[in-house]
Amino acid sequence: MANKILLEVVTPSKLLVSEEVELATAPGADGVFGAMANHAPLLATLKIGEMHYLNEGNTVRMALSGGFCDVSNNRMTVLAESAEISTEIDAERALRAKERAERRLQEAETRKEEIDLARAQAALARALTRIQIAGH
Amino acid sequence: MASLKDIKLKIVGIKKTAQITKAMNMVAAAKLRGAQQRMEDFRPYAEKFSGVMGELAGAGINPDAFPLMAARPVKKVMLILVTSDRGLCGSFNANITKVAENFLKTQQEEGREGCLACVGKKGNAFFKRGPFEILHSSVGIMDNIQMFNARQVGQEVINLFLEEKVDEVQLVYGRFINVAVQRPTMNRILPISTEGLEEAEGGGAEGPKATYTYEPDPEEILNQLLPMFVNVQIMHAMLETGASEQAARMTAMDNATRACEDMIDDLTMVFNKARQSAITAELMDIVGGAEALK
Repeated sequence: MANKILLEVVTPSKLLVSEEVELATAPGADGVFGAMANHAPLLATLKIGEMHYLNEGNTVRMALSGGFCDVSNNRMTVLAESAEISTEIDAERALRAKERAERRLQEAETRKEEIDLARAQAALARALTRIQIAGH
Repeated sequence: MASLKDIKLKIVGIKKTAQITKAMNMVAAAKLRGAQQRMEDFRPYAEKFSGVMGELAGAGINPDAFPLMAARPVKKVMLILVTSDRGLCGSFNANITKVAENFLKTQQEEGREGCLACVGKKGNAFFKRGPFEILHSSVGIMDNIQMFNARQVGQEVINLFLEEKVDEVQLVYGRFINVAVQRPTMNRILPISTEGLEEAEGGGAEGPKATYTYEPDPEEILNQLLPMFVNVQIMHAMLETGASEQAARMTAMDNATRACEDMIDDLTMVFNKARQSAITAELMDIVGGAEALK
C-alpha cells in the first residue's frame, strides 16, 4: 500500500482503470516517463503511444491515443481521448485502419493538403500502436 | 347522436393509440437508463478535466495570451443549439428553441448579430427559415452520441472563433435535472473563462499545495487543452440533452396514455347510453305494436 500509486485511466466513455500500482509509464510529449509512489506533482501532455503499468508482477499494456496526465497526492490520472487494454484490441480492425491511413497519407501527399496529411499521420500512428500492442 | 357502430370504432381506434403511446413510454424508459448511464460514465472525465484546467489556471497564466481565452468586443454571437432529433417528447424542444430565440432577439436589439450552430434535427428545423443564419448543423447523431461528433462541432466553432467570424459562443441545451424536470440551460463556452474552474479547485484542494512540474511548459499544455475543453463541454451538453429527451418523452407518453384512457371512459359512457336508449326505443316499439294488435 505504502509504496504504490493510484492509477486512474479515464476516457470519455468510461473509467478504464482505477487501481493501486507499483509503476506506471506513459508516453509524454517530451518522452516516455514513469511514475511510482510519491512522485512529485506533474502535469504532462501525452502522445499517441503505449502506456503500461506494473502490479504484483503483472504488466498490463494499453494503447493510448493522446491526452494528458496529472500526477499529484500519490495519484496518477490519465485523461485519454481513447485507451484500450492490449487484450481488448481488435487487431484486424487496427490492421484495416492502418491500410486506410496509409492510403489517405498517399492521397494527401499528392494533393499537398496539410490538414489531411496531419490527420492521416495521426490515424496511422494510432493504428500502428494498436497493432504493436495487440501483437504481444 | 352518433350511431353505436361509429362510437365503437372510435373506442377501438383510441385503444390502439393508447397501446402505441404505452409502448413508446416503455421504450423511452429503457433508453433513458442507457442515456443516464452514459452521462454517469462521462462524468469522471469531465470532472478530472475541469480539475486539471483549474490547476493550470492557478499556475498564473495570462488569459490574454491565449486566443481562445481572449475576450474582444462582441459583434457577432453564436449559439450552439442542442436539441433532439425526434419529436413526440412534449414541449422539450420547444422550450429549448424558445430560450435560443429569446436570446438571439435580445442580442439583435442590442445591436449584435446572432447566428447558430444546430446539433439535433429539431432545432435545425425550427430555425431553418431564418431569420438567423445557421453556420453549422449536425443532425441525426443524437441516437448514438460519440465523442467525435462533439469534436467535429467543437472544431468548426473554434475555427469560426479564431477567424473572428464570431466573437462569442454560447451553448444552450436541455439540462437533465431529474426524470420529471429538464431545464433549458445556457453557458458561455468561448472565450473560455477560468473563473468557475478556480472555484471548483479551491473547494477540492486538500493538504498543502505543491508546486507542479509541467511537461512541456504550462502555456503549451493549455494550448492543447483549451480546444479539448470546448469539445468536452459540447459532449456534456449532448449527453444531457439525450437523457432529457428520453425523460421528456416518457412523461409526454405517460400523459398521452392517460388522456387516451380518459377518452375511452367517456366514450364508453356515451356508448352505453346510446345502447340503452336504442333498447328503450325498441321496447317502446314492441309495446306499441302489441297494444295496436289488441
